[in-house]
Amino acid sequence: MTNPAPMIEVTQLDKFYGTFHALKNINLHVDQGEKVVICGPSGSGKSTLIRCFNGLEWHNSGRLVIDGIEVYEGAKDIRELRQEVGMVFQQFNLFPHLTVLENLMIGPMKVRKISKAQAEETARKYLDRVHIPEQADKYPAQLSGGQQQRVAIARSLCMETRIMLFDEPTSALDPEMINEVLDVMVELAGTGMTMVVVTHEMGFARKVADTMVFMEAGQIVEISPPEQFFTNPSSERCRLFLDQILEH
Amino acid sequence: MQDFLKKLKWPDYVIVAVLIAFFGYIWFAIEGTLNYKWRWELIPGYIIGWHSGREEYFANLLLQGLVATVRISIYSGILALLLGTILGVARCSANLTIRMLARTYLEFLRNVPPVVVVFIFFFFLSQQLIDALNLERWARGIARQEDNQIWTFFFGEMRRFPSLISGVIVLALFESAFVGEIVRAGIQSIPKGQREAARSIGMSRLQELRYVVLPQAMKKVVPPLANQFISLIKDSSILSLISVQELTYKTVELVASSRMIFEAWITTAAFYFVVCFGLSRIFARLEKRSDKR
Repeated sequence: MTNPAPMIEVTQLDKFYGTFHALKNINLHVDQGEKVVICGPSGSGKSTLIRCFNGLEWHNSGRLVIDGIEVYEGAKDIRELRQEVGMVFQQFNLFPHLTVLENLMIGPMKVRKISKAQAEETARKYLDRVHIPEQADKYPAQLSGGQQQRVAIARSLCMETRIMLFDEPTSALDPEMINEVLDVMVELAGTGMTMVVVTHEMGFARKVADTMVFMEAGQIVEISPPEQFFTNPSSERCRLFLDQILEH
Repeated sequence: MQDFLKKLKWPDYVIVAVLIAFFGYIWFAIEGTLNYKWRWELIPGYIIGWHSGREEYFANLLLQGLVATVRISIYSGILALLLGTILGVARCSANLTIRMLARTYLEFLRNVPPVVVVFIFFFFLSQQLIDALNLERWARGIARQEDNQIWTFFFGEMRRFPSLISGVIVLALFESAFVGEIVRAGIQSIPKGQREAARSIGMSRLQELRYVVLPQAMKKVVPPLANQFISLIKDSSILSLISVQELTYKTVELVASSRMIFEAWITTAAFYFVVCFGLSRIFARLEKRSDKR
């Protein structure tokens, strides 16, 4: 196999909030189909980084190219980019005034302009994929947290995206619901989707990740394959962090 | 009733006694010193009059005024909702110029007394608009037509159409600022995550507003909007100053011609009260019902 074109290419990216230096000289390379798990203490810039990937935040300098589209503030093709890049949020962010099915259909219908019948077919297909076809006509508030997050995953999938970003998808869930969401994500990984996941679920990371990224204070401290990352991380910081979260 | 009386304590009786004394004094002042002659029996005739020549009932001054007030309130309510929504959206715009314009308009209305605002809008805006569109001639044309019942049903006496329209415009412009604030609060009450989710599936700002933010915001702003509509009905009395022939104007007319100061104003107050209080009860009930769902 020849090396495929990179899906995400980050070069010397910097981001400031006022005078606060949120991301410092980030360099990252994600191939098509690659699964990257980003971890690190809170406030280290993990979420900010992946929010830059679909233009929810803008970087101040450096270069960010996603699936051949250069991302910068005011880019004309940013909406095309967002259709290629799905995002799953910590707080689900489902549309509470729409049913589950409508939540899944509104993107394809209004953004991609496909027909209602076709949108419904796609929506049902992906509801099946996340194992909750029977909840189609309920409102988000009637579902458990785990079910809501699965609907949110399906909503992104309905846009037939090529990349999926996960911003701490299980952090707001009750413990007994975490696995149902992780299972769906493992299955999704099996389909060859390019995934960038911010999470502290190290079991999931071990199972799925091709590359582990450790961030601290706005910098990438370590990028390594999971075998090395979990057994023999090269930086002391990373070792300490892992000790802390793997203790239990 | 029995339970109610049992709940009363001695301070309640004191309060009631003071109130009785107060109103008794006013009553005494009117009866004794003013030598006022009450003529309540004439009031019904000024609501619905009897035309002895044509042998039929007709809507007299007070009812005419009430109907005009209802018409003006409904039309300017709709117009204020439209303008207010635009203004509310403009207040949340990403564009600084648009935001500042909306803010300026709002601050002007908040910090200038309503009566002054009404005169300014009347002379500078609605009067010019009516002249420019030549509404005066057009309305007189319709008034002369034979078959103008539909027009009359919606707008009353067509010769007064320009005055009605300028009343509607002035009141709508005035209320739109407050509607705008309510809409803005509604929009800003929608969590940021909703907008981000909409954007992350590729929606444009307009789609984000139309399919995600406004439907949720509108549901939240219905109760305050209902209250604002009641305020609008009350504020419509200011229009009497620019000779719009609504309830307050008609009452002034009635008082001038019949000298029934107290009866006329009490009746008018009762009209406003019944309409506004009735609406507020209906809105409260509707709100309770939609909460249950």
